[in-house]
Amino acid sequence: MELSSASQRILASLLEARSGQQLTFSRRWRIDSALSSILREHGFASLDQLVARLVSSRDKALTDQVVEALLNNETYFFRDKLPFDLLLGGPLAKLEKARARERRITIWCAGCSTGQEAYSLAMSFADEPNRWLGWRIEIVATDLSRSAVERARSGTYSQFEVQRGLPVMQMVRWFEELGGGEWQIAKKLREAVRFEVGNIIEPPPSPGRFDIILCRNVLLYFAPEMRRMAFNRMAAAIAPDGALMLGAGETVLGQTDKFVSDSQHRGLYVPAPARSAATARVA
Amino acid sequence: MKSCLVVDDSKVIRKVARHILETLNFSVDEAEDGRQALNRCEEAMPDVILLDWNMPVMSGMEFLRALRGSDQPTQPKVVFCTTENDIGHIRAAIAAGADEYVMKPFDRETIHSKLQIVGLA
Repeated sequence: MELSSASQRILASLLEARSGQQLTFSRRWRIDSALSSILREHGFASLDQLVARLVSSRDKALTDQVVEALLNNETYFFRDKLPFDLLLGGPLAKLEKARARERRITIWCAGCSTGQEAYSLAMSFADEPNRWLGWRIEIVATDLSRSAVERARSGTYSQFEVQRGLPVMQMVRWFEELGGGEWQIAKKLREAVRFEVGNIIEPPPSPGRFDIILCRNVLLYFAPEMRRMAFNRMAAAIAPDGALMLGAGETVLGQTDKFVSDSQHRGLYVPAPARSAATARVA
Repeated sequence: MKSCLVVDDSKVIRKVARHILETLNFSVDEAEDGRQALNRCEEAMPDVILLDWNMPVMSGMEFLRALRGSDQPTQPKVVFCTTENDIGHIRAAIAAGADEYVMKPFDRETIHSKLQIVGLA
């Protein structure tokens, strides 16, 4: 499909301005497939024609549609498994003790896409009803993509999606077969997660302070400066004894000084200890 | 290296599954039906079995019941991999001793995640 380098630059600028994400070289190969349904729907003969319309008409609905199509919504339940096992084993047990009086744990899934990771956590809590009896577990999940958030809220997944990463016992326990290859997560879990449209580089959602933040496979698409902004947002929103989970291939090293590796749980991150005033002055 | 026995009467499915499993560092053996699979298990018990449901000679369910009812000292993990995609079949498979369930069609990520769930990847 025809796409001039000028059009590529326009699409890249549009995506970065709207989402903070970069249309890096490694993502450009999929522009064709990502936008092909929009071309068909609107009758454009080429990608260049679509870009020309975006530039000339300021059609907000079309612009939104293009940006959403360029975002990578890849996700699945308990993605990578190990970090979830770590989180649920170590930091959560620590928080359970630390929050024993208020009996409240707050979680933010930043860049939640279609909701599988947020629901993975909701399922993990629901699987232990006695342990969490009387606790208020607040799971807030945000994503820039309105269509992804709407799908997440519906809790409806294709046969292909429902089995990626999800143990069959949990699927049987928490999903209802709708027919036609669609499966819907139980109402109880849909009500356990609050999904909102939001960008990671904007102020965090309510309640604004979180014990656990998941931001998985999101920041790798950001330019370094935007990534720093996102880390600053998360650092301001995380509790001092909270935990941050990034994607399997992501790290804080060389990206921010606001978080450090959790020495007891490799692959998880904790807020960097506050520097004393004297140390800060020397630095 | 972990071993996997792929049991499916479709040569194409066996070939695709073999390719995926080999990229996940599994050694792979194949069987065309439940009877052949039982013979393979008698010779050398694999770590995991990827099992189709509908096959001639002996179905996946018949195979699983025979395997779980046997006095083999070690039992492999069994992952059903089938087009029987309704909740009734899934419950029946679990009741018969399946560890996991893959609804066809599948891809590498799905197989990988199911092998992680049963502790083999």
